[in-house]
Amino acid sequence: MTSALLSLDDTGDPATLRLSGRLVTETLASVEMDFRNTTVQAPALQIDLSGLDAMDTGGAWLIADLQARLEKQGVRIAFSESDTPRTDLIAKVAAALPKEEGIEDRPRGIIPWITGIGETTANVGRSMVSLLSFMGEVLSAFAATALRPRRWRPAALVSQMEETGLNAIPIVVLMSFLIGVVLSFQGAAQLRQFGAEVFVVDLIAISILRELGILLTAIIVAGRSGSAFTASIGSMKVREELDAMRTLGLDPIVVLVLPRVIALVIVLPILGFIANISGLVGGALMSWAELNVSPGMFITRLHENTDIWHLAIGMIKAPVFAAIIATVACWQAMQVRGSADSVGRHTTISVVQSIFLVIAADALFSILFAELGL
Amino acid sequence: MTAPPDTNREPVIRVRGLRTQFGPQVVHDQLDLDVWRGEVLGIVGGSGTGKSVLLRTIVGLNRPAAGSIHVLGADVLHGSRQDRADTERRWGVAFQDGALFSSLTVLQNVMAPMREHLNLSHGLMKALGELKISLVGLPPFSCGKLPSELSGGMRKRAALARALALDPEIVFLDEPTAGLDPISAAAYDDLIGELKRALGLTVFMVTHDLDSLYAICDRIAVLAEQKLLVEGPIEEMAKVDHPWVQAYFTGPRARAAQDKT
Repeated sequence: MTSALLSLDDTGDPATLRLSGRLVTETLASVEMDFRNTTVQAPALQIDLSGLDAMDTGGAWLIADLQARLEKQGVRIAFSESDTPRTDLIAKVAAALPKEEGIEDRPRGIIPWITGIGETTANVGRSMVSLLSFMGEVLSAFAATALRPRRWRPAALVSQMEETGLNAIPIVVLMSFLIGVVLSFQGAAQLRQFGAEVFVVDLIAISILRELGILLTAIIVAGRSGSAFTASIGSMKVREELDAMRTLGLDPIVVLVLPRVIALVIVLPILGFIANISGLVGGALMSWAELNVSPGMFITRLHENTDIWHLAIGMIKAPVFAAIIATVACWQAMQVRGSADSVGRHTTISVVQSIFLVIAADALFSILFAELGL
Repeated sequence: MTAPPDTNREPVIRVRGLRTQFGPQVVHDQLDLDVWRGEVLGIVGGSGTGKSVLLRTIVGLNRPAAGSIHVLGADVLHGSRQDRADTERRWGVAFQDGALFSSLTVLQNVMAPMREHLNLSHGLMKALGELKISLVGLPPFSCGKLPSELSGGMRKRAALARALALDPEIVFLDEPTAGLDPISAAAYDDLIGELKRALGLTVFMVTHDLDSLYAICDRIAVLAEQKLLVEGPIEEMAKVDHPWVQAYFTGPRARAAQDKT
């Protein structure tokens, strides 16, 4: 594509600046410096536009910018033509030139970054309070709704249970099966040194039933359903659907949050139980293959040596984990502001926080059960 | 406006035998449309007649079931990737809700297409971006704002600024004045008119705003019954013998809009 050309004749009065070629946005880069470097000694300058093949707002901007700069130096500017579409465009662009320098941009650099760290720190405290008050809201909404069966939302509840529970079964089963296999394999390698292979049953049973089955299920569900809760409610918030609900007299907590929280509280123990079974199956198969512990022997030993409390302790934790995941996810969704970017950010925060809180709660449970001597 | 059709006018958009359907639902069937260089074409039609679908199909966001679409001489549907990319640089689209990139400021939004397609210095791009923003009538402080911090009307203007970023030959506008207050809407109309005169812009506009239709559209195309029912200058619309067109162009609102001009 042919570029634009400038030729300046500064000998006469007025001086003339002849423009030719295509002065359009695509070709500006090649002439930008020529325009910047143009200076005129004469008191007047005639700009000749007749040689231009094309000009758009980008080209007009360069001319208007030159005009403004030279006029500031006291040079009178005239165009070779007047009242043509081109001069109109230049006039329009000149009128639109920013009046003052330095349009404020977003602050950048090290200081805003440090300020950001400070704000984030201060926000941690605030967000803890906000999470607690959100939990309170959910609980009070639950209490208010529980007594009035007319306000229950069975359809939403069932569809959430299907989405977060039924559809999660394959991945939970597979994950837990593999964990059982890995535990059995690693345990066997260590226990064989003592000739205590058969204790692999206790190892698998206790670690899966008491801790891993539920904990890993909770982590998978946090990644799978927690993120979905935040993203879907968060997008609804961006599109003002939550505000619309409020104006219709619907409480988003009752309509959106409660079904999700309740669904997860019901479903996570079931998923955890399925994970337990699958983990035991994986462990049993691996022990059979690796240690010649037959499935019959595995079951007998499981019956005799594993206290039912191991299973119970795991299952007790499940609804608590579920409540943590669902509440944090919905709470993060409520913090979404404005943009799609914000939805993404809060979805990430939701998953990270809920996994962290689940592990923290698991640690607290361990201490509690140890104190209780279970 | 009522001048006899000029025989050597150049079509910048040529649609022939277009058929669009979503599953069993046929939106357009055997639709023909020409848009001439330098005109403002207003597309009107009832809700659900596929005005926005037509716009989206022409700019290549929907694939039609049959038909051909040429924009600026290039085949939009079957042309090579390179041809398409070259053509895309020569048009700008402003969507109904703005569709600004929500993580970028207004200025960055306007600079985004320049960054992708042009080899300009950062300073020049910034200056051109500020110019475009100022041209569409946004105050300078809006440059650093995020789209979520703007009002609906300002978002529409910012979207126009982004559509104009590469100085396109054709601008597609989807309901540009919907939701604007009458003063802003009139200013927007003036702006389109001025840009068209100054830049020789061709404007393809989906609109319901009768004031815009009277003020700036050179030609109106009415979509109904899955095709282009009638087209022509607005003065001729009232003479068309079709119940919907009659109701649209001779109703009380149309008369009020006509009285203003």
